[in-house]
Amino acid sequence: MSTAATHTARFNTGIYHGKLGMWVFLASEIMFFSGFFGAFIVLRNLNLEVFTAGAHQLDKVVATINTAVLITSSLTMALSHLALERGHEGKFRLFLGLTIIGAIGFLGIKSYEYMTKFSHDIYPWTDTFFATYFTMTGFHALHVIGGLIPMVWMLGKSLTRGYPREMHHRVETLGLYWHFVDLVWIFLFPTLYLIF
Amino acid sequence: MEAALQTDTHAHGGGHAHRESFIRHYIFSTDHKMIAKQFMFTAIIFLFIGGAFALFIRWQLAYPGEPIPLIGQLLPSTWVNADGAVTAEWYTQLLTMHGSIMIFAVIIPLLVGTFGNFAVPLMIGADDMAFPFLNMVSFWLFPLAGVLMMAGFFVEGGMAAAGWTGYPPLSAIASMGQTLWIVSLFLIGFSSIIGGVNYITTVLNMRAPGMNMFDLPMTVWAVFITAIIIVIGTPVLAAALSMLFMDNFLHTSFFMPADLVVATRDMSRTAGGGQPLLWQHLFWFYSHPAVYIMILPGMGVVSDVLATFARKPLYGYKAMVFAIIAIAFLGILVWGHHMFQSGMNPLLGTTFMVSTMVIAVPSAIKTFNWLGTMWRGQMEFTVPMLNAVAFVSMFVIGGLSGIFMASTPVDIFIHDTYFIVGHIHYVLFGGSLFAVFAGLYYWFPKMSGRMFDDRIGKWHFWLTFITFNGTFFPMHILGVGGMMRRIYDPTVYDFLKPFQPMNEFITINAMVLGFAQFLLVYNMVYSWYRGRAAKRNPWRANTLEWVAPSPPPHGNFDVPLRVYRGPYEFSSPESVQDFLPQNVPPEEVVAQRARHEKRLAASQTRDGGSGE
Repeated sequence: MSTAATHTARFNTGIYHGKLGMWVFLASEIMFFSGFFGAFIVLRNLNLEVFTAGAHQLDKVVATINTAVLITSSLTMALSHLALERGHEGKFRLFLGLTIIGAIGFLGIKSYEYMTKFSHDIYPWTDTFFATYFTMTGFHALHVIGGLIPMVWMLGKSLTRGYPREMHHRVETLGLYWHFVDLVWIFLFPTLYLIF
Repeated sequence: MEAALQTDTHAHGGGHAHRESFIRHYIFSTDHKMIAKQFMFTAIIFLFIGGAFALFIRWQLAYPGEPIPLIGQLLPSTWVNADGAVTAEWYTQLLTMHGSIMIFAVIIPLLVGTFGNFAVPLMIGADDMAFPFLNMVSFWLFPLAGVLMMAGFFVEGGMAAAGWTGYPPLSAIASMGQTLWIVSLFLIGFSSIIGGVNYITTVLNMRAPGMNMFDLPMTVWAVFITAIIIVIGTPVLAAALSMLFMDNFLHTSFFMPADLVVATRDMSRTAGGGQPLLWQHLFWFYSHPAVYIMILPGMGVVSDVLATFARKPLYGYKAMVFAIIAIAFLGILVWGHHMFQSGMNPLLGTTFMVSTMVIAVPSAIKTFNWLGTMWRGQMEFTVPMLNAVAFVSMFVIGGLSGIFMASTPVDIFIHDTYFIVGHIHYVLFGGSLFAVFAGLYYWFPKMSGRMFDDRIGKWHFWLTFITFNGTFFPMHILGVGGMMRRIYDPTVYDFLKPFQPMNEFITINAMVLGFAQFLLVYNMVYSWYRGRAAKRNPWRANTLEWVAPSPPPHGNFDVPLRVYRGPYEFSSPESVQDFLPQNVPPEEVVAQRARHEKRLAASQTRDGGSGE
């Protein structure tokens, strides 16, 4: 009914709605990416040479840097929640800002990688490997954007009207999502770049 | 919660305390009851569109090449030929759209969207869903998706025509209408997932004080388990649709074989190739559980209706709950039985066959428990009860014909025939839609605050029940006789010509069946405005929704709730009435009993006195 209801722990489970809903949603997200990983396994076995050749064209160094950027942003996300929970709004802003920089940095590096591929005439329809590569990393990038929007909104609210300490649950819920996005990349990185 | 209850009491006292603007109240509403009505209204419109498509299909099968009567000449030239008869191109679109609309825009929104939204918060004693705003988003994605699907009518090449299963390569190279179909299903899937997250959170987190999971009515259990299937299965379809969209729109090669050359697509410029069977696996990984998404809520509704009108506790409550869980669990493992004939290792086929047949066990548990519930009950044959009994009997026929197809050797013979069409309609129409009718009539007094017309309701039921069987039972015979599932004109084959009278019989029944549904709409609309006012608990049922006013105001309940017992305490010896609502405190029951016995004793003394 009221927004407060989504923040306070309920007598049934002791978990507030937002956190429970987010866990259920993440379960569904796991199945979404599982569909792509399943397709990847089938298609790789069908076209092993194409996949090996394609994967060798990817830039491992840039992707490793990108992995580090995303993992760091997960750390700052957790720190920003901790700061707000303890009532340090200044630190909360700092760490949330760093997380946003990390997210934008990740997207920037990813676009650089995409651009390099496009400039070498490599597109999703070039071969089956790049079809899976662009689809999987593309959907992951969309998830990064999906996390970036509420982060920017929270930071904006904190800078203009202040973000109340009682709302730290929202940051925690967003953090759950952000760690999941991070985790998907942890699976994508070896699958697409390293195992070949 | 406390605050909400107070506002409510106030709302009830003041008539319309929450004066909301028209748009907030009727269009962008976050109230679960209004969202349920929106789902119902939209889905019933689609029911008539999908039904009309089915009648065009039936007309073509019974009278191939003959002009459609009355309206044939009025239809656009992309649909019908110069005489006004159905063209082969339009026929494949009709088949595809009938299936897609009925499954994604009628049955799932009616069972999950309508009953899930309306009944779940009321039955668990909550003031609304856990995420009212997401609930609104979940609804609005649905008409948007429906319009996108229908928009295929306006683009070149017409609506999607690759079948409701959308098998590639056909669906990957087909027209713009197919692309719209893919986007539309993606949106509907997203709407389902949001709804599923909402139901799970609501049931786990918002039950009234004192209500354990095993105090939940079967409808709530069924929607809860269904929501789990939705959350697990639907995203896989979303992933598959994303890849199909890439194939269809960006010409990638997920599902397109390497050496395929067709007029509209040259795969030779793409290195590597795709796997059409991959789509089938991913599609059925969702769409087989979707069969249970479409039947489990119906089973829940029917369990509640049967217990209420047999005036008996539901037979084997816990067994019913575990049977639902077992069906859902097994349902996720058996998708391969849709692909016996598409190329599968026979050993793998055998495992799918066995696991499929195992589903008969929990299904039989449910069926026998329904019979046990009705056995020696004081049956009240109201309209919801008639529909619920029809559900049980039709589900048995549909379930038994399912076992035939699960058996791989038999499936070689009957796959892709009208036997399948007969089976799916016994489950989806005879099962799900009768459950929808049962639920619509059962909760109509709570939704509208008025009683429906019993006489029209019974006419609607009997006409539907008789013509339903007249339509779909002969299809089993046609199927075993060899009539193909997607055939455009059966008279082109000599061996199918003797079946033509049966096809005509089916079509006549289907016409009556279709037009009988106007009785339902007339009954609903007329009773909504002119019906007799409904009491709070017209069916003398035990579950919490009947504690709320009819119709419940925004925020639902006007009294604080506490749950003391399970939902099926009918004919309890503890109570003086033949029902015992979940929220009546035990002290109150004892006090009622004491008052009753005192009155009884007093009247006996009086009787004794006058006798002397």
